[in-house]
Amino acid sequence: MSVRIALLLLALWPLTAGAQGFANLGTEAEGYALPDPDHVWDFPADHGPHPDFRIEWWYLTASLQGDDGHRYGVQWTLFRLALTPQSPEGWGAEQIWMGHAGLTAEDSHHSAERFARGGIGQAGVTAQPFEAWIDDWRMAGQGTDTGDALDALTLTSRGPDFAYDLDLEATGPLVFHGQNGYSVKSEAGQASNYYSQPFYEVSGTLMLPGGEVAVTGQGWLDREWSSQPLTDSQTGWDWISLQFDDGARLMGYRLRDASGPAYTVGTWIEADGTTQALSPGDLIMTPLTETEVAGRSLPTEWQVDLAGRDLSLRVGAINPQSWQDVGFAYWEGPVTVSGTRQGVGYLEMTGYD
Amino acid sequence: MTRAGLSALLSHWRQRPGQLAALVLGLMLATALWSGVQAINAEARNAYDRAEGVLTQGRFARLARADGGPIPVADYVALRRAGYLVSPVIETDYAGLTLLGLDPLTAPADALPGGIATETTGFADFSAQLYVSPESADQGLPGAQVLPSLPPGTAVADISTVARLTGVFDPTYLLVLPDQPAFLPPIETATDLELRLPDDSTDPGEMTAAFHMNLTAFGLLSFGVGLFIAHAAIGLAVEQRRPVIRTLRALGLPLRRLIALLALELLGIAAIAGILGVLLGYVIAAALLPGVAGTLRGLYGAPIGAELGFDPAWALAALAIALIGAGVAGASALWRVAHMPILAPALPRAWAMDHGRILRRQALAAAALFALAALFAAVPGGLVLAFASLAALLLGAALALPPVLSWLLSRARPLARGAFAEWVLADTRQQVSGLSLALMALLLALAANVGVSTMVGSFRETFVQWLDQRLGAELYLRASNPQELDRLTAILGGRTDAILPVASVDRPLLGQPGSILAQADDPTYRERWPLLDAAPDAFDALHAGTGVFVNEQIALREGLSLGDPVPLAPGLTLPVVAIYADYGNPEGQAVMGLGPFRAAFPDVPPLGLAIRADPDAVPGLIEDLRAAGLPDGAISDQANMRRISLMVFERTFRVTDALSALTLGVAGLAILLSFLTLARMRLPQLAPVWAIGQTRTRLAGTELGRSLALAALTFLLALPVGLALAWLLLNRVNTEAFGWRLPMILFPGDWLRLALLAALAAGLAATLPALRLARMAPARLLQVFVHER
Repeated sequence: MSVRIALLLLALWPLTAGAQGFANLGTEAEGYALPDPDHVWDFPADHGPHPDFRIEWWYLTASLQGDDGHRYGVQWTLFRLALTPQSPEGWGAEQIWMGHAGLTAEDSHHSAERFARGGIGQAGVTAQPFEAWIDDWRMAGQGTDTGDALDALTLTSRGPDFAYDLDLEATGPLVFHGQNGYSVKSEAGQASNYYSQPFYEVSGTLMLPGGEVAVTGQGWLDREWSSQPLTDSQTGWDWISLQFDDGARLMGYRLRDASGPAYTVGTWIEADGTTQALSPGDLIMTPLTETEVAGRSLPTEWQVDLAGRDLSLRVGAINPQSWQDVGFAYWEGPVTVSGTRQGVGYLEMTGYD
Repeated sequence: MTRAGLSALLSHWRQRPGQLAALVLGLMLATALWSGVQAINAEARNAYDRAEGVLTQGRFARLARADGGPIPVADYVALRRAGYLVSPVIETDYAGLTLLGLDPLTAPADALPGGIATETTGFADFSAQLYVSPESADQGLPGAQVLPSLPPGTAVADISTVARLTGVFDPTYLLVLPDQPAFLPPIETATDLELRLPDDSTDPGEMTAAFHMNLTAFGLLSFGVGLFIAHAAIGLAVEQRRPVIRTLRALGLPLRRLIALLALELLGIAAIAGILGVLLGYVIAAALLPGVAGTLRGLYGAPIGAELGFDPAWALAALAIALIGAGVAGASALWRVAHMPILAPALPRAWAMDHGRILRRQALAAAALFALAALFAAVPGGLVLAFASLAALLLGAALALPPVLSWLLSRARPLARGAFAEWVLADTRQQVSGLSLALMALLLALAANVGVSTMVGSFRETFVQWLDQRLGAELYLRASNPQELDRLTAILGGRTDAILPVASVDRPLLGQPGSILAQADDPTYRERWPLLDAAPDAFDALHAGTGVFVNEQIALREGLSLGDPVPLAPGLTLPVVAIYADYGNPEGQAVMGLGPFRAAFPDVPPLGLAIRADPDAVPGLIEDLRAAGLPDGAISDQANMRRISLMVFERTFRVTDALSALTLGVAGLAILLSFLTLARMRLPQLAPVWAIGQTRTRLAGTELGRSLALAALTFLLALPVGLALAWLLLNRVNTEAFGWRLPMILFPGDWLRLALLAALAAGLAATLPALRLARMAPARLLQVFVHER
C-alpha cells in the first residue's frame, strides 16, 4: 500500500505534483533512512513514529453493519510526512501530520481532512501508551496489559456532518507483508516496512445527520513507512483488503503503470494469521462495472482471481459514490465479496483523472 | 482629392496654432483630471482588495484574551484537541512592519493573502519565506519576497518563521473557521477566550465610498468643464473654415468624405490630446495620492500606499474617455457641416440667435432639477440620495444661469441712460447665449469652490475647538503593565496637578465594532468634554454607574438618543446620558466612569495616564520618563498630538482643495476660449457701432467691462448655489460618510477672494480680444460692410 505515499505528497504539494505527477520528490531518499529487509521488529516501539523515514501512516478501515439493517464503512487515517530528516520542536517542527476520515453509508459518503504540524502537540503518535491523534480524531490503546498494544483500540473522528466512536478488539495476531514486513513495490525495488492488524471486531456508534446508528463489523489496520515514493511512471493504484466469513484475509493491490503492465502484489492471510506473500502477477484484478463519480469513470465492481487458490471473487462497492472529497481526492469505500468466498472489505482507487 | 481636402483642412491649424493648442489643451485637461481621479480611485480600490485579502480586516471571527495578551500555545492545542477548528496567528511589529505569522495548515483557505497559493510551490516553500508588500521591497529584509497582494506596511510569513524572527511564540489571536465540525457545543462555551465576531462594517470599501464618490464627482465636473473648452474650440474651427469647406464641396469633394476627413482630423487630435492627458493625469494622481492615502488612513484606517502603480487598463480607459469626449464635443460641429447648404454665404455668423424658446426650456428644466434636489435632500436615505441631490442642484444651477442672466439684463434696461448704454445691455443679453457654456462652467467651478471651502472651513473650526476640548490633559502615557504604571506614577509624584487613570477595551457596541473608555471624575473632563447633547447631571450619572456617554457616530448610526439603553457587558446595560463629538473616529465609542468600568471589566487594568501639569514642566517630565525607560511611543504630549492631528486634518482636505483649484483654472480657460471665439464673430455687430462714431478704444473698454460684469453676475449667482452645496455636504454627505454632523460656518473673506479670482479670470480672458479690437485696423471693420451679407 505504499502507493499512498503519493497521496500524501500530492496533498501537500498540489502544484508541483500537478505538473510533475508522482515524481515530484524523485525516487531518492536524500538523507532519510531506508526500509531494511533485515529489520528486527520491536513492539510496541514500532507502533510509534519513525521520524527518520520520510513518510508513514496509521490507516484503519472498517466494514460495518448497522442496527438499522444498512451497511456502512469507516476510514480513519493519520499520515506523517517529514519535510527534512531533522525534527526540531515547536512551530518549526518539520513533521507534518495529515488526517483523513471517511464515513460511507449506502446512499451517502462523508469525508473530512485535517492538517497539523508536529512539535506543539496538535497531532502525533506515541507508542506507549499507544495513541495516534490529530485534533480530536483519536486512535488509542485501551490500556490492556496483556498482548499487543494494538489489540484493543478506541477510535473517534468528526467531520462537518458526521462523527463516529468505535471500539476495536483484535481476534488474531499482527501480520507482516512481503518478506517479514519488507514489502517491495516495483520492479525497480522501491520498498516499505509494512504490517497489519486485519482481525478487528468492531462495535460502536456512528453519528449522521439523520441520527445515531449502532454498528458492528470488521476492521483492518495498516502500518507502513518508507522514504521512497513510487517510480515515475506509476500513475495510480487499486487496493483491496478483504475479510472472508471463514476468517481468512486477502490484501492486494494493483499499481498501474503508464509504461507497461500493472504491478500486482498482495498477501494471503489464513484465519490463524499465517501469511503467504503473493508473487507479482499471482493476483488478477479485472474491472467489471464502471461508475461515473465526481466527473470521472471508476471501476466500482471487480473480478478478483488468485492463481493456485481456486479463488474467483466479485468485489462490489456498497456505495459506488464513495468519493473522498479532500485536497487530493480519491475513491475509498466498503465493499461486499461474493463468489467462491463470501465476506466484506475495503476498496481504494487513486489516479483516475 | 481626398489628400488635397485633408491638407486644406489641416492648413487651418497651421495658421492658428493657438486654436489648436486650445483644443488639445481642453481635451487634455478633461482627460487628465478625469483619469487622474480614476487612477487614485483604482489605486485605493486595489489597496482595499489587498487589505481584504489579509486578516487585518477581521473577516473571520477570532478568539482573543480580554486583556489583549498572548494566548499560550497549549490553550490553542487544547481547543484543537477538543475538536474546534481554530487557527493561530501571531501579529507583531517587525522592522517597522506589521508582521503576521499564519499557520497555512489550519488557516481557512481564503485567509492566506492572494498569490500565496499560486505563487509558491507548497508548504515547504511557504514556511521558509517572508512575504512583504511591494512598498517594503527595498527595506532589505533578509529573504523577503514581494507579494503584490499584501497591503502596504504588512509582512506575512509562516508562524514558525515569525516565531524564529521575533522570539514571539504564543499566538496573538486565533481565527475561528466559519464551518465547525458537527455535534460540538458552541465554541464560546469551550474557552475563556473572548469571541469576537467578524465585523462587516470595517470594510474600507464601503466606508470610503463617500470619499471616492466625492473625488469622482470632482473628476466628472472637471471633465465636463474640459469638454466645454473642446466644444468651443471645435465650433470655432468649423465656423472659421466655412469658406474652405464650401470651396472643397464646390470642387466636388463628396459630403460624406468631407465629414469623414473632419472626423479623422478630430480623432487624430483627440488621440494626441488623450495621450498627453493620460500622462498629465498620471502626474496629477501621483502628486495627489500621498494626500489621499493620508486621508484614507487617517479617517478610516484603510491602508493605502503613497506610490501610484501604472495600470495599462486605466490608461486605455482614459484614452477612450478622451476620444468619447472629443466625439461629444465635435458632434454638433460635424452635424452643422453635414447640413450646411453647399452655396451658403461664406460669411461667419454668430451662433444661434433666437434663444427665447431655449431659455424658457432651460428655466423650466432648472426649476424641475431644483425641486428634485430639495426632494432628495429632504428624504433621509443614504449617500446616493445625498449625491443625487448635489448633482441635481449643480445641474439645475448651470441650466438656470442663462435664463437668469438674460432676465436680469432685461430688467436692467430701464436703468440704461442713452442709446449706447441701451445697446450695450441689449448686446450683452445677446451674448449670453454664446457665452452660456463658458459661464455655466465658471458657475459650477465657483459654486464647487464656495461649497468645498465652506465645508472644509466649518470642519476646521469645529475640529480645532474639539481638539482643545478633547485633549484636556497636558501629557498622556501608556504603560505596558500595572507594575510599570506604578513606577511611572512614582516618578511623576508631586510634580503634577493631577494624574488621571485611563482605561479602554475594544468591544462591539450594539453589534458594531467599537470601544469603551473609562474616564476619571475630574474637572478636566467635566468642564471640557465635547458634549453635543446631555441630560442634566450627566457626569454624576456617569460616575455613579447609572449612565453612559456615547459618541455621535454610534448615536447617529443606531438612532440613539438620551435615555436609550446600551448593552456594555454581559448583564450591564446603561442608559445614554450624553452624546459627545468624536471626529475622526470611524467606530462607535462609549465612555463609562472609571469606577463602574473597573467593576464591569475587572480583567482590564487601566494602563493609561492622563496628566495635568504646568505646560512648562511637561518637557522636563517627558525627559525623566524617557530616562526611566518608557518608550517614545508610550508618551504623547498635548502640543504634539494637537500638531499631528491638525497636520492629518490639513492633509485630509488638500486633495479637495487641489481639485477645486484645478477646476477653477479649467473654467478660466473655458472663458478665455469662448471670448476668443465670440470676438471674431462679433465684428458684424461691432462694426456698425464703430461706424456711427464710437471709438475702438471705447468699444474695447466696453467689451472688457461687460466681461467683468458677466463674471461678477455669475459669481453672485454661484454664491447661493455654493452655500446650498456646502449645506448638503455638511448635513447630508458628511453625516452619511463620516457619521458626524457639523455646524455650518460662513467665511465671507473666502468669497471675496474667490470673487476677485473670478473677476481676474474673466478680465484676463477678455483682455486679449479687447486689445485686438482696440488695435484693429479700421479697414477690417469696414470690410464688414464690403462683404454684404
